[in-house]
Amino acid sequence: MKTENQKAWFFVLPVLLLVAFNALIPMMTVVNYSVQETFGNNVFFWQGLDWFQQLMRSERFHAALGRQFLFTGIILAIEIPLGVIIALAMPRKGFWVPVCLVTMALPMLIPWNVVGAMWNIFTLPDIGLLGYFMNHVLGISYNMTQSPFAAWVTIIVMDVWHWTSLVVLLSYAGLVSIPEAYYQAAKIDGASSWSVFRFIQLPKMKQVLTIAILLRFMDSFNIYTEPFVLTGGGPGNSTTLLSIDLVKIALGQFDLGPAAAMSLIYFAITLLVSWLFYTLMTRNDTR
Amino acid sequence: MTLELHDVSKQVASVTHIKPTTLSLKAGHFNVLLGETGAGKTSLIKMMAGLDPIASGQISINGTDVTKLSPQQRNVSLVHQFFVNYPHMTVFENIASPLKVAGMAKSEIADRVHDAAKILQLVPMLDRRPHELSGGQQQRTALARAIAKESSAVFLDEPLANLDYKLREELREQLPELFAGRGAVVVYATSEPEEALLLSGHTALMNDGRVTQFGPTAEIYRNPANLDSARVFSDPPINTATVTKTGKTVRIGEGVKWTLSGEPAGLADGDYIVGVRPIHVHPAGKAGKTRVALPGTVQVTELSGSDSSAHFRFGDESWVSLASGVHSFDIGEVHTFYLDTSNCFYFTQDGVLAAKGAG
Repeated sequence: MKTENQKAWFFVLPVLLLVAFNALIPMMTVVNYSVQETFGNNVFFWQGLDWFQQLMRSERFHAALGRQFLFTGIILAIEIPLGVIIALAMPRKGFWVPVCLVTMALPMLIPWNVVGAMWNIFTLPDIGLLGYFMNHVLGISYNMTQSPFAAWVTIIVMDVWHWTSLVVLLSYAGLVSIPEAYYQAAKIDGASSWSVFRFIQLPKMKQVLTIAILLRFMDSFNIYTEPFVLTGGGPGNSTTLLSIDLVKIALGQFDLGPAAAMSLIYFAITLLVSWLFYTLMTRNDTR
Repeated sequence: MTLELHDVSKQVASVTHIKPTTLSLKAGHFNVLLGETGAGKTSLIKMMAGLDPIASGQISINGTDVTKLSPQQRNVSLVHQFFVNYPHMTVFENIASPLKVAGMAKSEIADRVHDAAKILQLVPMLDRRPHELSGGQQQRTALARAIAKESSAVFLDEPLANLDYKLREELREQLPELFAGRGAVVVYATSEPEEALLLSGHTALMNDGRVTQFGPTAEIYRNPANLDSARVFSDPPINTATVTKTGKTVRIGEGVKWTLSGEPAGLADGDYIVGVRPIHVHPAGKAGKTRVALPGTVQVTELSGSDSSAHFRFGDESWVSLASGVHSFDIGEVHTFYLDTSNCFYFTQDGVLAAKGAG
């Protein structure tokens, strides 16, 4: 005889509700907008996939997407190796461990818009500490409201300053979990410090590094607040990353349909890249 | 080959960790370091291997002073309690790694790796990675690395501790043959007295950072030089109690006494500490010439395998009796145990062996 216990649903229900309110319902709203056109007054017209088609052909979207990938690529290329190097250089025991850890964690505790505002003031050409130093002490012309290159360098340096710590802390956690015995084995073999890194530390850090790269990818790909506060996407469109463009379309132009379509594509790209990366990294998983 | 320590000591933050130790370890048989966790076995091994600096003294291998040499220059191998293999290398590459670092020719590396793999039955696994192996195979890989290297000293730091019972027995039987005839000084650390007896060879008993006794295993088992050595070399722990000797009579607590003959009879009158291994306290039998009845209150009983042990109180001391077969006791009952007075050690109050045997 088969007995079915329907009580189980009661236990799953809270999670289902939470996920529904947290993700599914907002998501469906966006899907709803993405296939309709509105002129206000809550009047909607069916548009089908027009917005998606339009977006795919839009040069503006291509440019923003290109800038977004460039930004994320540079961020990962700098923050991951730098984070690993700093973690390797950090002491493993003694008085300086907590000092280093707290110092490392500090930038991450600062709210994102404050980070943007801080760097904005910091880089002001005539009164900002960095701006003044560059222009009037070193004599290098530096004004990120005029030069796209300066603007890019600034948002990258700002993100590196803000988020490398995350990579450092994760790598450090991976490093300290390696048993002393491995280092002893390497010493007995007479392995060089490069071999120790290549054959012991790196493989043992693989899992935390996978997580670090994923987190940094998602965060930097979805970055909005800091560059928005710092450059507002300028000069011109030079630092208009995908999210900044999205907000311009949605709230600046109030084009809800195209903005919704863009959100969905944006989401799909983030999800696809994260999934691809994670699958590749854990394909033949080793510990 | 020989490995010699002269007055070697180690300090950690101005606390003496290993007290000055002199040992001469030879190839051809196992040199077992036997002691409880924290006795200093691993510290001593790390010093001999060159992983930890020593505070004083000299270490030499084959008469050459290696005190200041790195582990690589000393040409040693170390097998850990944990299965330490390079995670991203195959078994072959793992075994080959020290040879590669030493710059050996490819063909010779392949020969040596295959020889070692054959001895340790790893040939079918050479292309696998450590995580695809069982614990026993991982540890055999680590052992193969030590063998392929043909080092002058091999340190095995509780290599079987993390293996399950069956594998441990199997590998322990193989170990002595593995290293036989290789000319390396083999040092084997363990906390199990039984393991030391099974591996035979020589044993150094360690307690609290000191080597309390060193010699052929069977001999030091029979003749512990002092109370510390007797304690280390007994599992369950040796029973000890203060006894008073007057003339040829020894009294233990109230009402229990026996008559001495032979060596112990010649001891000066006074108080001694008697040491009796649990296997010499019998739960059954009858009193006789070398059997003294001890009425004890049973406190804890255990069955392990086909052995039964009983913890009981007699006088102020807690005693243990270990016997083969299944014996049943009731907790709290007063049970008569029989002390085998022909297997007693008499130590002075300072813990030095004064006389043994023959009640």
